[in-house]
Amino acid sequence: MRNTQRSQKIAFFFLFLATLLIVLPVGLIIVIIVQKGLPAINWQFLSDIPRQGMRSGGIFPAIVGTLYLVFGAIFFALPIGLLAAIYLSEYAKDNLLNRIIKLAIINLSGVPSVVYGLFGLALFVVFLKFGASILSGSLTLGIMILPIIITTSREALESVPQSFREVSFSLGASKWQTIRHIVLPNAIPGILTGTILGLGRAAGETAPILFTVAAFYLPRLPKSIFDQAMALPYHLYVISTQVPNVDEKVRYGTALVLLFLVLMMNLVAIIIRYNFRKKKKW
Amino acid sequence: MNLRKFKEFFIQKLILICGLASIFFVALIFLFLTKEGLAVFKSLSPINFILGKSWYPISEPAQLGILPLIFGSLMVTLGAAIISIPIGVACAIYIAEIAPLRIKEILKAGIELLAAIPSVVLGFIGMVTLVPWVKSTFHLPTGLTALSGSIILAFMAMPTIVSVAEDALYSVPKSYKEGAFALGATHWQTIYRVLLPAASSGIVAAVMLGIGRVIGETMAVMMITGNAAVIPQSILVPVRTLTATIAAEMGEAVVGSEHYFALFAIGIVLFIMSFMVNVTADLFLHKRNR
Repeated sequence: MRNTQRSQKIAFFFLFLATLLIVLPVGLIIVIIVQKGLPAINWQFLSDIPRQGMRSGGIFPAIVGTLYLVFGAIFFALPIGLLAAIYLSEYAKDNLLNRIIKLAIINLSGVPSVVYGLFGLALFVVFLKFGASILSGSLTLGIMILPIIITTSREALESVPQSFREVSFSLGASKWQTIRHIVLPNAIPGILTGTILGLGRAAGETAPILFTVAAFYLPRLPKSIFDQAMALPYHLYVISTQVPNVDEKVRYGTALVLLFLVLMMNLVAIIIRYNFRKKKKW
Repeated sequence: MNLRKFKEFFIQKLILICGLASIFFVALIFLFLTKEGLAVFKSLSPINFILGKSWYPISEPAQLGILPLIFGSLMVTLGAAIISIPIGVACAIYIAEIAPLRIKEILKAGIELLAAIPSVVLGFIGMVTLVPWVKSTFHLPTGLTALSGSIILAFMAMPTIVSVAEDALYSVPKSYKEGAFALGATHWQTIYRVLLPAASSGIVAAVMLGIGRVIGETMAVMMITGNAAVIPQSILVPVRTLTATIAAEMGEAVVGSEHYFALFAIGIVLFIMSFMVNVTADLFLHKRNR
């Protein structure tokens, strides 16, 4: 008996150790980047163009480029993703077509990011002749985050109780009226969570924008959606591997701004979800 | 009234079209990869492409054998799997079974944060911390090795493994656990003998999805594995993966050249690999539900 108690203690200790092995490095990574990156952050760094071959100056064009790309992606992915989620949760029957759609979504979320880059290059840049542009990059990122938006929106729609729909039908409302006035309003926090998670993912990805939009060095703001743009993740890649003798502070500063942007979006999503679950009355 | 009916009809068709959009996009991706990628096989047999031992895309004549790249990907993936599977599954058990409720919430948020860190940031951190450490610990000429890549990739696989495996453990019926306790089993015996076997197919799915993530990972791998396209003899030498090759070389490849087509052909290989991994993982997940 004593033996089994002891082996339980040992086993639990190792499980705890494994957990620490994951969580501690996460904390450490964030602490290192904040500690070494914070001294680089000042108004000039955030608002100036890169100077001296990106060794000094700021990262303003990269921040703006990333914001353009992210909102371009969501502009494209949110309507399609939301309607697809409505289809899956409200209309689809349990048949072969539905199974194939689910399989397609799973695949879309599993396609390596660099393959999205190839696809964007072949379709948008070369075939449709958009060139390397914000348009091509946004569309590529939009297709990449589509599965995130579909899956989270669908969960949100499906968590609205069936009785809500039945009451609406019994009052004579049509299917679309029920979706529009009963189901959607109750699912908005969940849909918002998914949208913000999609934004965060799009902001941090590098491989899909490598050949579709990212400019190595472009010390001005993009003029239109057919213009190339700098982007934060690609800029971090460039200054940490392609350009020699960049001040470490600039690298950490760029990493910090990118990390802050992405983690902030995730934090906001987590908070919305948390509040929603707390307030939920059903 | 008629106008409303028309509007409703229109919206429902639009919803149906968007519902089919994911199928359309998967097909479109496959179509454009094959459209560009298959062109390389006009001058090169698929066997020489997959089993060719040298990748010299810009020499004359170009040698386009991706075996070294496949080995690079396999080695890095294997290393990441060896590190991330035990740690990830152990962490999932801890979160699902042992951690008190409040700590559980914090741990889950921590795992979510790890999943959210962009791969280029992990690559950067790997470059400045892990790479020098590997270099000095193993007395190597360079720290940019398959091992460094494996360690960083393990951290990218772990969030997937932990969250899917935790879900699987959580969905084991409570009665199984209560039955084991009633027979006098300790908590650990219950976990080991009852919960783990009951959740096994979900855990297999978790592992597969984690590995799928590793195979497709690009930026971090490109930044810290050293990018040498040779068949690796050990885990302590630089390697180059399939993904990193595309990312590093597509910028220089001329549109329509053999090199350009070959990089798309690598894309097809990656697409098929991820397709198989995800479909198998999905089968395991559904097996659990039945």
